[in-house]
Amino acid sequence: MGGSSWMGGAAPMAEITYREALNAAMCQEMDRDDSVFLLGEEVAEYDGAYKVSRGMLARYGDRRVVDSPISELGFAGLCVGAAMSGLRPICEFMTFNFSFLALDQVINSAAKMLYMTNGQVPIPMVFRGPTGAALQLSAQHSQACETYYVHAPGVKLVTPATPADAKGLLAAAIRDDDPVAVMEGELLYNVRGEVPDEEYVIPLGVADLKRAGDDVSIITHGKMVHVALQAARALAREEIEAEVLDLRSLRPLDVDAILASVAKTNRVVYLEEGWPFAGVGAQIVSLIQDEAFDDLDAPVLRVTQADVPMPYAKNLEQLAKPGVKAVVEACRKVLYMPGTIT
Amino acid sequence: MEALSPTMEEGQVVKWLKGEGDAVAQGDILAEIETDKATMELVARGEGVLRRVFVGEGAAAPVGDVIAIIAPEGEDIGALVAGLGGGRTAAADGAGASEADAGAATEAEAAAAKTPEASVAPVPDPTPVAPTTATPPTPTRVKASPVAKRLARDAGLDIATLQGSGPGGRVIKRDVEAAARAAAAPPTAAPAPPVSPWPAPSDTEFEDIALTQMRKTVARRLGESLGPVPHFFLTVDVDMTRALAARKRVNELLAARGAKASINDLVIKAAAVALTHHPECNAWWQGDSVRRFHRAHIGVAVAVPDGLITPVVRDAQAKGLGQISTEVRELAGRAREKKLQPHEYTGSTFSISNLGMFGIEEFTAVINPPEAGIIAVGAVEERPVAVGGEVIVQPRMRVTMSCDHRVIDGAQGARFLATLKSFLEEPAAILM
Repeated sequence: MGGSSWMGGAAPMAEITYREALNAAMCQEMDRDDSVFLLGEEVAEYDGAYKVSRGMLARYGDRRVVDSPISELGFAGLCVGAAMSGLRPICEFMTFNFSFLALDQVINSAAKMLYMTNGQVPIPMVFRGPTGAALQLSAQHSQACETYYVHAPGVKLVTPATPADAKGLLAAAIRDDDPVAVMEGELLYNVRGEVPDEEYVIPLGVADLKRAGDDVSIITHGKMVHVALQAARALAREEIEAEVLDLRSLRPLDVDAILASVAKTNRVVYLEEGWPFAGVGAQIVSLIQDEAFDDLDAPVLRVTQADVPMPYAKNLEQLAKPGVKAVVEACRKVLYMPGTIT
Repeated sequence: MEALSPTMEEGQVVKWLKGEGDAVAQGDILAEIETDKATMELVARGEGVLRRVFVGEGAAAPVGDVIAIIAPEGEDIGALVAGLGGGRTAAADGAGASEADAGAATEAEAAAAKTPEASVAPVPDPTPVAPTTATPPTPTRVKASPVAKRLARDAGLDIATLQGSGPGGRVIKRDVEAAARAAAAPPTAAPAPPVSPWPAPSDTEFEDIALTQMRKTVARRLGESLGPVPHFFLTVDVDMTRALAARKRVNELLAARGAKASINDLVIKAAAVALTHHPECNAWWQGDSVRRFHRAHIGVAVAVPDGLITPVVRDAQAKGLGQISTEVRELAGRAREKKLQPHEYTGSTFSISNLGMFGIEEFTAVINPPEAGIIAVGAVEERPVAVGGEVIVQPRMRVTMSCDHRVIDGAQGARFLATLKSFLEEPAAILM
């Protein structure tokens, strides 16, 4: 995986977890810039609900690693205010499911401030935490929240899928002068991968081809990258070479990478963890039919969560989540494979 | 029911794509018909409204029977239906059981078949609409994917003339690619290599060799011994080290063209070239003669849900791996969908069956008559072998040839296999 431009020849690498990669990014940025600080529920004394900020209180002290009250609207607004006055807050949500309480600060304050002050007040801050389903957390705590954040102009959004991307994208998000949401995943925190020890950033808005193939493009983001790669391996056993394009960043969007992949394979399946209605995939389909119409050999299909609140029952939860089998079927369908026609 | 394959005697309606009451334009796909070989599309030769369907989905009808009536909206077809006697035997009255029937009686035929006594409603003016055959074809919208349209335009092909293999007859990329390939196919006299130890170039496709009395006796006695096609089997074990390396290099070069060759594609190429060196194995048993071919048309066994079929890579000896690979994938894909046209699965001179992808180490394949030979290709697996007194591990592949003993003798088959083995063990030799 990887293939990103920062990967030099012999850069020292360590295999670490996604959780450790996020921690490394925050420490890297807090070391180089005193205005960066972390604030959120249980981020300090408890090392973070998912231990992402392990050791940071001891290293940076309680003025830069700050436990907040259980009040998303309140502490998100506090971070927006800090950003207005020149600091670079990292606002951790225990999960983005809880951030619905804070959406007024995200959408009406953070996203609008630069515009409404005629460019005088930038909001250089990060909202981060896990999004999407884990295992049996039921309807209110299993939601993929990307679409709420990308709908309004003014907030950027990245969704790292691997430890290396987590470190590079979070670092870039912290350095960016606009509000950036970094959406992680509870099921990603233990994923291991090689991460360069050196300081690096991955520019926002640059997709990554996680697997090259000629026959069909599976375009996706976040945790679903791993489902897409499994599906691609299953398809390879049928001699179908699927390409897996990880968008990594939904705003800004790497339009060129999407169009290049469509031009190459002529067939696209968009895979996402969220619901289909007005989902991220709907936007990508719109883009493709608009700008790559003459490259298409089949309608673009989407694989998403079922259009229902996430069930608690284990068997139903499995059925509601987008899985490898559905991706394989969709790819076979856009390839007009046997058993899928009419 | 139209004859949709040369050997079709009856057809089964898989699916009606138009229903009773639907408007039908000339060229519309009415139904999918399963023939003895493939699922074909039944295309409307006239226009009007699909008034009656006599043969439902899943039912079969002999070639020449009326399976539906297309007539102008509002025209009384009561007499025509009565004339059919509730059955379909009167079908061919109008135009005979030729292709002109198009499987559906046209409005002109409907008018011809009218009998007053059977009419319950007043018969309208018999010529309210000109016969379909006199009407210029109405331009109909061709269903095609955007990229298929673009590729057809770039290749100078008229998309309306292409058979679509997508849903509802949609013309998709692979249909245009197949048509472009067909258009670009070399003329029948394939250029022969200028200087070579190759078999002399020939203007003819094949030569027929009369059977000697001895050959007749051998054929009769072996046939009595082992059934109509007396098989014998020869196996070689091939070192695939260089073949794997060659494929890897070829695929690096092909990557730019979006193609990718498999080991089986390399086997097809090697076998085809080897067959041109050993035409005695590239032959048909014809009962009273043996036909030796100068070019290798390789049948590639493809498993389909209810059996198998062998689409043909023509002139495989003259094609590059990228082209062979692309053709095999395209043909196999349509074979699995039962969309092959008859000319795509007939005329092979030799066949290849590969079960390597199922991990089968070696097996024997049954000859596909009238061909005289077939090779069964096993998996490429790392196996210990003794080389120069030492045991080393190599990627190996077993190839078992089934020979029709009426055509091929043991030594001939063995020489062909030796050439094939030498090609696979040193792929550069294919270029010699």
